[in-house]
Amino acid sequence: MTYHALAHRQGDAVAVAVGDIAPGTRVEVRMLDGSPPVAVTAAEPIPLGHKVALRPLAAGEDVVEYGERIGRATQAIAPGAHVHVHNVRSARWPG
Amino acid sequence: MRLTGYRRPDGAVGVRNHVAIIPLDDLSNAAAEGVARLVAGVLALPHAYGRLQFGEDLDLFFRTMIGTGANPNVAAAVVIGIEPTWTRRLADGIAATGKPVEAFAVEGAGDLRTIERAARAAQAMVADATELAREPVEPRELVVSIKCGESDTTLGVAGNPALGRVVDRLVDAGATVIFGETSELTGGEHLIAARCATPAVREAFLRTYTAYVEFIASTGADLLGSQPTEGNIRGGLSTIEEKALGNIQKTGTKPVRSVLAPAERPAGPGLHFMDTSSAAAEMITLAAAAGSVLHFFTTGQGNVIGNPIVPVIKISPNPKTVGTMREHIDVDLTALLAGAIGLEEASDRIMTAFERTVRGRLTAAEILGHREFVLTKLYRSA
Repeated sequence: MTYHALAHRQGDAVAVAVGDIAPGTRVEVRMLDGSPPVAVTAAEPIPLGHKVALRPLAAGEDVVEYGERIGRATQAIAPGAHVHVHNVRSARWPG
Repeated sequence: MRLTGYRRPDGAVGVRNHVAIIPLDDLSNAAAEGVARLVAGVLALPHAYGRLQFGEDLDLFFRTMIGTGANPNVAAAVVIGIEPTWTRRLADGIAATGKPVEAFAVEGAGDLRTIERAARAAQAMVADATELAREPVEPRELVVSIKCGESDTTLGVAGNPALGRVVDRLVDAGATVIFGETSELTGGEHLIAARCATPAVREAFLRTYTAYVEFIASTGADLLGSQPTEGNIRGGLSTIEEKALGNIQKTGTKPVRSVLAPAERPAGPGLHFMDTSSAAAEMITLAAAAGSVLHFFTTGQGNVIGNPIVPVIKISPNPKTVGTMREHIDVDLTALLAGAIGLEEASDRIMTAFERTVRGRLTAAEILGHREFVLTKLYRSA
């Protein structure tokens, strides 16, 4: 495998793991829009299909994937962190 | 594309050749299943409703039941109902297609006499249906539908873009494609709105979308817990927006030609949006009632859905799911997720499965006996 994660567009805040990623792994990210690949070091385990942060996010900031908002960060998120329901929440159906 | 199918009296093309035993109501399931026990080669379609429904809910009930019998995958139908008037209404609706239909009412006859009469009719229908031959057909003669389920992020990055390419190819070839899942467009509804073919379609789409989410909101329920689902979250989906943006990938890039009511037949070729629930069995049942003869279903975490009259082709790019649930997956796209093949090759694999299924190869869901036939009910009965 030549990459560990896929991201949709340049500028997206997250990438999707294509296999289970161990902490400390240098995560090579292929961009589906053909833009240059990026890399980030995994700060914690990222299971297959789960998201890794590609850049720092502030609490309350929009989380962008597909070039679109998928929700808001509920706390500060560091690059390489696992991004999921514990730190991002829907902006549409926040509950 | 080398395709074969069954051309019905109204010109519509089916890819299966069922003789359906259709109960009008819950009370008639026993007689319909009784016929299916006696006569080989028939398909009973038991369901939970058909009594004391009214208004828009009753209209949808009849549209769905008539559409199911009228579906080109059905060669002939036997209708059984408790009372003669509604039984006749369903049978007449199906008979408008020109296919053989017979109706039987249980009241005044009892189950056993009804089963005998219906079985005799069904026997003759099976004999005739088995003599119908497949003939070459064109993609432009086919109506198909799409949905994903037990979704996860592997669909957004791999499975759904591949299916989206297939949808574009089928639309370019003149086929009719139906998608739905109204509330699961939340967060990406602007992307669908932007693809509506005319301002009138756009207005209808946004009105339909807004009405659905306002209905959900009006119940006061908190959708977190059911959207995303437990399986979605396990698979890495965090929010409804993320789920919707992945979902929309499978609709391809073509214009949305019309907005259909549930179970409404599309008026022409191209891509059409139908107002549906996102529950798999309900959506596929409605699409089949609108004339879909084949359904494409992408799954991340492993939804095992099938339909009694429509072959459901299941597609997964998730290596864990393909590894543990191999028997349910018709198209393995794990190579796409891993980067060993590209989108074009992935869409070729789905197209190959499509052509073979159209020509008669059974899908995993058909072989494993998945016959989820689930009516959409708009509100409680009187």
